[in-house]
Amino acid sequence: MLKIKDLHAGINGNKILKGINLEVKAGEIHAIMGPNGSGKSTLSAVLTGRDIFEVTHGEIQFNGKNIFDLSPEERSREGLFLSFQYPVEIPGVSMVNFMKTALNEHRKHKGLDPLSASDFLKLMRERKELVEIDAALTNRAVNEGFSGGEKKKNEIFQMAMLEPKLAILDETDSGLDIDALRIVANGVNKLKTPDNATIVITHYQRLLDYIVPDFVHILYNGRIVKTGGKELALELEEKGYDWIKNTEEV
Amino acid sequence: MNATTIAQKEEFINLYLDNLDLITENSADVLNHARQEAIENFKLLGFPGPKNEKYKYLKVEPLFRSDFEKYFTPKCINFNVDDIFRCDIPSLDTHLALTLNGFYLNNPDFLMEIEHGVIIGSLAEAAKKYPNVVSKYYNTLANNDEDGLVALNTAFAQDGVFVYIPKGVVLEKPIQIINLLMSDENQLVQYRNLIVAEENAQANVVICDHTLSPSQFLSNVVTEVFTNRGANIDFVAMQNQHNDSIQFSHLFGNQERDSVLSTNSVSLHGGVIRNNIHILLNDEGCENHTYGLALADRNQHNDMYSFIDHAKPNCNSNELYKAILDDQATGAFNGRILVRKDAQQTQAFQSNNNLLLTADARMHTKPQLEIYADDVKCSHGATVGQLDMDAKFYMQSRGIGEREAKLLLMFGFAHDVVGKIKIDPLRIRIDELVNKRLRGELSRCHSCPMHCC
Repeated sequence: MLKIKDLHAGINGNKILKGINLEVKAGEIHAIMGPNGSGKSTLSAVLTGRDIFEVTHGEIQFNGKNIFDLSPEERSREGLFLSFQYPVEIPGVSMVNFMKTALNEHRKHKGLDPLSASDFLKLMRERKELVEIDAALTNRAVNEGFSGGEKKKNEIFQMAMLEPKLAILDETDSGLDIDALRIVANGVNKLKTPDNATIVITHYQRLLDYIVPDFVHILYNGRIVKTGGKELALELEEKGYDWIKNTEEV
Repeated sequence: MNATTIAQKEEFINLYLDNLDLITENSADVLNHARQEAIENFKLLGFPGPKNEKYKYLKVEPLFRSDFEKYFTPKCINFNVDDIFRCDIPSLDTHLALTLNGFYLNNPDFLMEIEHGVIIGSLAEAAKKYPNVVSKYYNTLANNDEDGLVALNTAFAQDGVFVYIPKGVVLEKPIQIINLLMSDENQLVQYRNLIVAEENAQANVVICDHTLSPSQFLSNVVTEVFTNRGANIDFVAMQNQHNDSIQFSHLFGNQERDSVLSTNSVSLHGGVIRNNIHILLNDEGCENHTYGLALADRNQHNDMYSFIDHAKPNCNSNELYKAILDDQATGAFNGRILVRKDAQQTQAFQSNNNLLLTADARMHTKPQLEIYADDVKCSHGATVGQLDMDAKFYMQSRGIGEREAKLLLMFGFAHDVVGKIKIDPLRIRIDELVNKRLRGELSRCHSCPMHCC
């Protein structure tokens, strides 16, 4: 589904990613862990097409297509989804309008007609339940005045609406209390099918108790320095990132 | 003062003297009585010049060109309102009043007396039939001695719309005033509106300004609004003239005890638009809302001046003005709030936000707050910025195309103002028109055969 080969990228001439290799197949859950500044968020930004980052080398294939040929919106319509670490507030744009526009763009891409207003509202209601999101939130402007937890739930709600093939959860656990974390993780698990895949980017092992990964990758200094099963996350939790840093230097 | 200014000024003074008989004959005594003093004021003031701080970003006198035709009798135009104009906003059922080139269009009568003594009709006719009512209010608010354009209007105005809501009457249906401009020649129109809400009266007034022919038009319009004790007037003005038109609109509002006056001007199209809003909070317990939205592109210029005068204690005012400027469009906002010495417990808020879509668009903003009382709560502020790139990317990352994302952002920005309109079908329609406008489509109601722009 996703193949990253020797990816180098940076911002303003600073190299951040220095040769990432990663392959994600349908049905898999990958966790990417790493200390601050290791390049986790840069990786997700490059994947979704944030143009402030420059890719200097390497390639990314998503469903057999070269991702760099696709605009951010085309990547989304092809089935890529990023749950933002910091979801953006958009005053004046209602959740309903936002979601309807996005969903219909996806449907158009698939050659489907736009959903009728009633079908759309029905779908919204269904998916809201999945993430236990307060019904009133969808009557408001996108993320405006939402609490940290509500914003993260809203990300998963959007994911539930758009049903991506590959979802990248960028630090979805940060700023969440234990109940919100459980709700968000349950939402992600319910959306899991053998045909889609998930990349979970996180600092902490905590989220991985709920969303159990098939693979854990440790990102350090712009490269994946270690890959293992879910037990790697526990080992990391126990030994701390210094363990990786020291190994790297040796 | 340069030679052309003097020439322009002299020309209008001579125009007045040469046509005085015709002007007075086609008007009414109450209006005629105000002319002499007004033209004297105009002689003193002339057109607002480059040194006039209030008109700093708009050169006024070159706009008052000699080649504009001026008519002092209603010109006979074969005009069947129902053929050419049909406002079909669903469920917007209104009391309709129309003017054509500044004269009230008798459709079928010059004055309508509807439920509970409410009067809607021609100002000149009303001044003849109800001279006591009209003379009590007419020209008592307009600042003829400060603004040459207002004085010019008072000297020349012959007709316009008169609305009277008697004591205690709550008018359910909105009043819709449609000002139409139609002529084969370039034309100057100067008309006058008077709106009076007596004690505890309530009404919604919707004003639509349209041009029906491609000729150039210059309008210089004064509207006086009186909200007496406990009255509530909600005003929505939609400016939708073509881009060769020039529009000066001066609105004066007087608020008595516990009254509420809201104005919302939405400028969709128009070459040069200047809106002046003067509000006097003349007694305690008043509430004022002044909202405005300007959408401008190409070489349009949109200029807003507001003056909210907190003369008495315990009043609230809230002002929000937003502009979206594209291409080489320019805009100006000059908003002054004055809190006088006795106006304790005032709450006055003002905000001006502007969105520039290109590097060539330009906005001048000057929020002013003058406070002479010591126990008040006031704020003011202005922003000039571009579209939020983070928000745009967020939408793109959900599959929304770049153009659509920008439109949604602009629409959201504009909706802040449009959302304040209380009449549901009107708000929905204006939202639609704003949306069309931002998409670069003509913003006229789709089933309306009127070709405004």
